[in-house]
Amino acid sequence: MSWQRKVLRVNLTKGTCSPEPLNMDWALSYLGQRGLASKYLSEEIDPKVDPLSPANKMIFVTGPLTGTGVATGGRWSVVTKGALTGTIAESNSGGYFGGELKLAGWDMVIFEGRAKSPVYLLLVDDRAELLPANDLWGKSVWEVEPAIRDRHGDPMLKIASIGRAGEAGVMYACVMNDLDRAAGRSGVGAVMGSKNLKAVAVRGTTGVRVRDPKAFMAAVAAARAKLDPSPSTKAFTTYGTMAMMDTANRHGSLPTLNCREVQFDEVEKVNVATMMRPRTSDGRPNLVKNKGCFACTIACGRVSKIDPNHFSVKDKPKYLAASGGLEYEAAFALGPMAGVADIEALTYANYVCNEDGMDPISFGTTVAAAMELYETGAITKKQTGGIEFRFGSAEALVKAAELTATGEGFGKDLGLGAKRLTEKYGHPEFAMVVKGQEFPGYDPRGMQGMGLAYATSNRGACHMRAKPWADDFARVTTDNKAELIKATQDEVGAIDSSGICFFATNVWTLDDLASQLDAACEGGWTAEKLRRVGERVFTLERVFNLRAGLTKADDTLPKRILKEAAKSGPAKGMVNELGKMLPEYYAIRGWTSEGVPTNETLERLAL
Amino acid sequence: MLKALHIDPGKCTNCMQCELACSFENEGVFNPAKSRIKVFAFHEQARYVPYTCTQCAEAWCMSACPVDAISLDRATGAKVVSDDLCVGCKVCTIACPFGTVNYNHSTGKVIKCDLCGGDPACAKACPTGAITYVDADWTGYDRMRRWAGRTDAGTQAHA
Repeated sequence: MSWQRKVLRVNLTKGTCSPEPLNMDWALSYLGQRGLASKYLSEEIDPKVDPLSPANKMIFVTGPLTGTGVATGGRWSVVTKGALTGTIAESNSGGYFGGELKLAGWDMVIFEGRAKSPVYLLLVDDRAELLPANDLWGKSVWEVEPAIRDRHGDPMLKIASIGRAGEAGVMYACVMNDLDRAAGRSGVGAVMGSKNLKAVAVRGTTGVRVRDPKAFMAAVAAARAKLDPSPSTKAFTTYGTMAMMDTANRHGSLPTLNCREVQFDEVEKVNVATMMRPRTSDGRPNLVKNKGCFACTIACGRVSKIDPNHFSVKDKPKYLAASGGLEYEAAFALGPMAGVADIEALTYANYVCNEDGMDPISFGTTVAAAMELYETGAITKKQTGGIEFRFGSAEALVKAAELTATGEGFGKDLGLGAKRLTEKYGHPEFAMVVKGQEFPGYDPRGMQGMGLAYATSNRGACHMRAKPWADDFARVTTDNKAELIKATQDEVGAIDSSGICFFATNVWTLDDLASQLDAACEGGWTAEKLRRVGERVFTLERVFNLRAGLTKADDTLPKRILKEAAKSGPAKGMVNELGKMLPEYYAIRGWTSEGVPTNETLERLAL
Repeated sequence: MLKALHIDPGKCTNCMQCELACSFENEGVFNPAKSRIKVFAFHEQARYVPYTCTQCAEAWCMSACPVDAISLDRATGAKVVSDDLCVGCKVCTIACPFGTVNYNHSTGKVIKCDLCGGDPACAKACPTGAITYVDADWTGYDRMRRWAGRTDAGTQAHA
């Protein structure tokens, strides 16, 4: 119970769908979502495979708490070898698709091979069918969702799909679900595109049972009594993640102008206050509503309406409807990172990212790298197709989004991601990436712990693989960061494997998670046991990456972050001192000085 | 005091806690497909609207039922389907003008909101106050109060 104990294996090459029982030994050791699917992937593919080849596999996976009434219990993940990074990749998403997949009776779906021509998977409870998608290929996410519902006459189908970015092989393409929720990072959408899989449509009426219903409801109620009225939840509900814009700027850790700066002069034009204030143009605010994902009592999701007088939407009425608005990570990358101080242009670029499924973090950071290439003369209008590609240009951002989403013109270059783009034009130092994945919204000079988290994250630069915020904002130092990053990476490893949202754990401890999990399913869950699962998951990913050919040399940060001091803010004059933290971190993890887990460590974790 | 479910769609975030709670209370399983309440999303207008039976005083479903399987629970005012009597003919689903009585193919009976016997699970689960269980004669109380507060905003409030 709580697990459905059922896996669907879809061989796209052969066109077959076959159910099989879930490996319960693995479920009890790796829980679900990130951990469980990483175990399956590690066992089933050679880590050296080309991510875009049929030999790669892609797994859609839920957690034991997905689909239950636990607050935020709607998370699901895509696990594969990432196109962008060549590392193991887990991108998780909210919305309703994950809950529906679980309600249909499945823990996960494993996609193998490559279809000869475009297909989509229709999954209604235990009935699975691969259907031709030739007529859906070339359509955006926003077109595909209603088209599939109409075709089957079922308005309640929940859909995960790729847009034209995933088809075009944009290296940071997402798998989108429910119009504007994304399994966003590491290029999981490019993998889906390479498999000729356009969409997965699910309808579930089977439901999810829990081990001890009475104890479960008591644990859920107790956890909600803590979560719902908390200041953290109130802030997320009211401001969403956008509140971080001012905080990061104040702290001198807002990546700006491709990390040439750590604070943005025009931050007040793209911050949460501007998003919520009525515009002079039409008297309405950009933000119209907040919304929740499946079972979420926080509801941090933003719903926006763009300024109808803005140049980006001239003669484009489809963008005037309410749609998924800016989250901090999208806003920092499309805004300060590229120097663009126009919140409506950011909103439009974010819509385009949702519409055709690309990661706005990687896209914005790639645009910023391209702007630096342009300003230094490494690329000219010849490459950009005549676009004046300067920092701060809202016009360039808007045009870049349209071209990249559909893989046209200069968009083909931008779709390579910052690493490949800057290498192509001879300036790899302009790529703000780790392991090929673009920076999220925290400059590691002002946040030393975040720098260590970026460098050691198993999916490349990522802000969601550890929890350094409170400590980093309180202390600009390297002291004791290794211990903090290791401990919170393990914690997050368990959270990402459970079915709940990271944001609930701003309030919940692992004890709160364990009490709900233990009532939901077998395994005798405690905080301590969850910590071990998290460490096991993290180490398993590390081993996958080492087998894929990555080394200690990949645990690093861009030269700019290591050599060029922050120009302002609390960390003025500082670089990130990764070299101090990394050896300490390896030692705490039980890895050799080369970053390889020792046999003792592997045995301790039963790996 | 007779109570009624009161729905304030402006507060709804489409989290589906009501559907999860309803299905769990009535079926013992988390299964929104069997929920008696449903949230409708009108994405393009940023509107989310929970909808369920309003327990009509002269209930069409009750009048239409040929086997008298739907009866009034005097304590709560709910129109309640008896699974023992229901033959699954679905006439009530046709009679109900609001679509809030629906057939459940796995049991062969119809399902509708019965107010959980006076302690509706949806209202308890709702995190935003979009669904509340209030005095049936004063479902307009909060809205009246809000407008009342504005009526004299120009006079007494500045006195």
